Amino acid sequence: MPVMNIIEAVRDALRTQMRQDQRVVVLGEDVGKFGGVFRATSGLHEEFGADRVIDTPLAEAGIIGAAIGMALYGLRPVPEIQFGDFIYPAFDQIVNELAKFRYRSGGQYPCPVVIRTPVGGGIRGGHYHSQSPEALFIHTPGLKVIAPSNPYDAKGLLLAAMRQNDPVLFMEPKRIYRASRGEVPEGEYELEIGKANVVREGSHVTVLCYSGMVSIAEEAAKKAEGQGLSIEVVDLRTLMPFDIDTILASVKKTGRCVVLHEAPKTCGFGAELIAAIQERAMEHLEAPILRVAGLDTPFPYTLEHEYMPNADRLLSTVRQVLEW
Amino acid sequence: MTTPESARVEPVDESVTTTTVEELRPLYRQMLAIRRLEEASAKAYSQGKIGGFLHLIIGQEAVCVGAIAALAADDYVVATYREHGHAYAKGVAARPIMAELYGKKTGLVKGLGGSMHLFDKSKGFLGGYGIVGGHVPIAAGAALAAKYRGDGKVAMCFFGEGASTIGGFAEGIALAALWKLPAVFICENNQYSMGTPLYRSLAVEDVSLRALAHGMARDRFDGDDVVKVKRRIAEAVQRARDTSEPTLVEVVTYRFRGHSMSDPGLYRTKDEVEEWKRRDPLTRSRQRLIDLGATEADVVALEDDVKAEIEDAVHFAETSPAADAYLPYVIKE
Repeated sequence: MPVMNIIEAVRDALRTQMRQDQRVVVLGEDVGKFGGVFRATSGLHEEFGADRVIDTPLAEAGIIGAAIGMALYGLRPVPEIQFGDFIYPAFDQIVNELAKFRYRSGGQYPCPVVIRTPVGGGIRGGHYHSQSPEALFIHTPGLKVIAPSNPYDAKGLLLAAMRQNDPVLFMEPKRIYRASRGEVPEGEYELEIGKANVVREGSHVTVLCYSGMVSIAEEAAKKAEGQGLSIEVVDLRTLMPFDIDTILASVKKTGRCVVLHEAPKTCGFGAELIAAIQERAMEHLEAPILRVAGLDTPFPYTLEHEYMPNADRLLSTVRQVLEW
Repeated sequence: MTTPESARVEPVDESVTTTTVEELRPLYRQMLAIRRLEEASAKAYSQGKIGGFLHLIIGQEAVCVGAIAALAADDYVVATYREHGHAYAKGVAARPIMAELYGKKTGLVKGLGGSMHLFDKSKGFLGGYGIVGGHVPIAAGAALAAKYRGDGKVAMCFFGEGASTIGGFAEGIALAALWKLPAVFICENNQYSMGTPLYRSLAVEDVSLRALAHGMARDRFDGDDVVKVKRRIAEAVQRARDTSEPTLVEVVTYRFRGHSMSDPGLYRTKDEVEEWKRRDPLTRSRQRLIDLGATEADVVALEDDVKAEIEDAVHFAETSPAADAYLPYVIKE
């Protein structure tokens, strides 16, 4: 089986789907001849031509607006927003238009647009090239939000996203775009949207995480093992709809839970996960559920290591939960 | 998408703007200092001493230097993510700029911003901005504040031609025209928005024509001659100051390097880049100084002085302490 990084897996998914479905069209800033700022679409312009791999002006609202129109007339556009931080100019189009089409058309137009965008920090990008805006879109009814953590999941989930009918925000972890490598099947396969993955079994505490934070949780779990702590790591993979069944099964088993994400803590996705668990499994909890998250500040440049959660911060919170 | 690639190079303007050694010398010095600063930052970046992203303005120096020379010291400048040169031209010293790129405590914003996010209120430098076009309405707001206070200040906003397709640009200039704001909007048209050439981004390649829809004054010329840039922008600054009317100015220029340090620039031919290097504003200004009567020894002395200034800035950055705290600047409990 070939070994790929996340960029290559994304590109492979796009190529696979574009070869079999003429309706799939990629568009975005420098996605064509340039091959994308992170090279995710490299080679697609050569293979599929300028009509299917479209270079756009810098106009995020225009890109998403155009993608909506294309989808309404039977195409399956896959726009790229160059950095997750640049999605805000398109926020109105996504929240007010894209997310609402299935509802406002009475089910006639589901609007199959898959927006790909790299998210997260760790590359010293500073305030405008590092943010994790998932909570805003999880909070927007009508969107699916997917956040893979490795190449295998990235390809399988992107293929699944391009083959269903609802708008998807597909967030790719840019810090580990190339660092995360693994075996990826050639050709066809899909991962089910909405299914979490227990990447490491454990008995003392559950850590819920996704995207670039999964490798941090695994690192912490390995460290903890040496200290007699058994951490179960659950990679959510899909954030909306999230896999409440897998989450509950894990939390009921361990009785303790910590949520880990890179986005700021306040009103972050962790708050929703904790509420969702407590609404359903209060009697199974041995301790309050705590969060390890980014700080409630603009994303810093030089000191991003202070902002971003790491294994030690996670372990210290895990101990708090265990000692409660 | 029908424009032939060969038509992309603007015709060279052979006209010569009258000037003197006294006027040109400081402009040449600023341009040279900016180029050496950029070269030094590129070197530090390739050594891993500067992280993140780094966008160099090499080749375009005459635009920011000529334009800002037309401003008063307390006017405002709002710039893009390619803004080290604008900060320097607005009076920020090389030391804090370089230290900021290094992420050092002695940097312009305490090492908390980095390359794209320089800011110095004391110099009227209202920032580099990393969201393309997002700063154009901010510049309009600064001009509105100046008009409201009646302090006679002008806001000068720089952006690339790539920004002219973004909503923030459209909204920003529309407000400035509607409210008759003392602003000068300068499109630094370096002909590529990252790797996409202008003729594949805009149906009409003349960005300055957008002014017509707003009844706004406009101008368009090449950025080869720093004195010409200064003169032509001065007309727009005067208009802003005297009648509180904005102008949209497009200056056609060229960046010699890639979009950022990670861009090898494979989307343009070597011949094209070489042709523009022959129009290098620094070479032109240096020759003009000699033609005007400056001695070779004078010019070399100036160049040695610049070299020492930038070496000092690098040394300053290298030996400064690392940024060590940012929470005090954001959290108030």
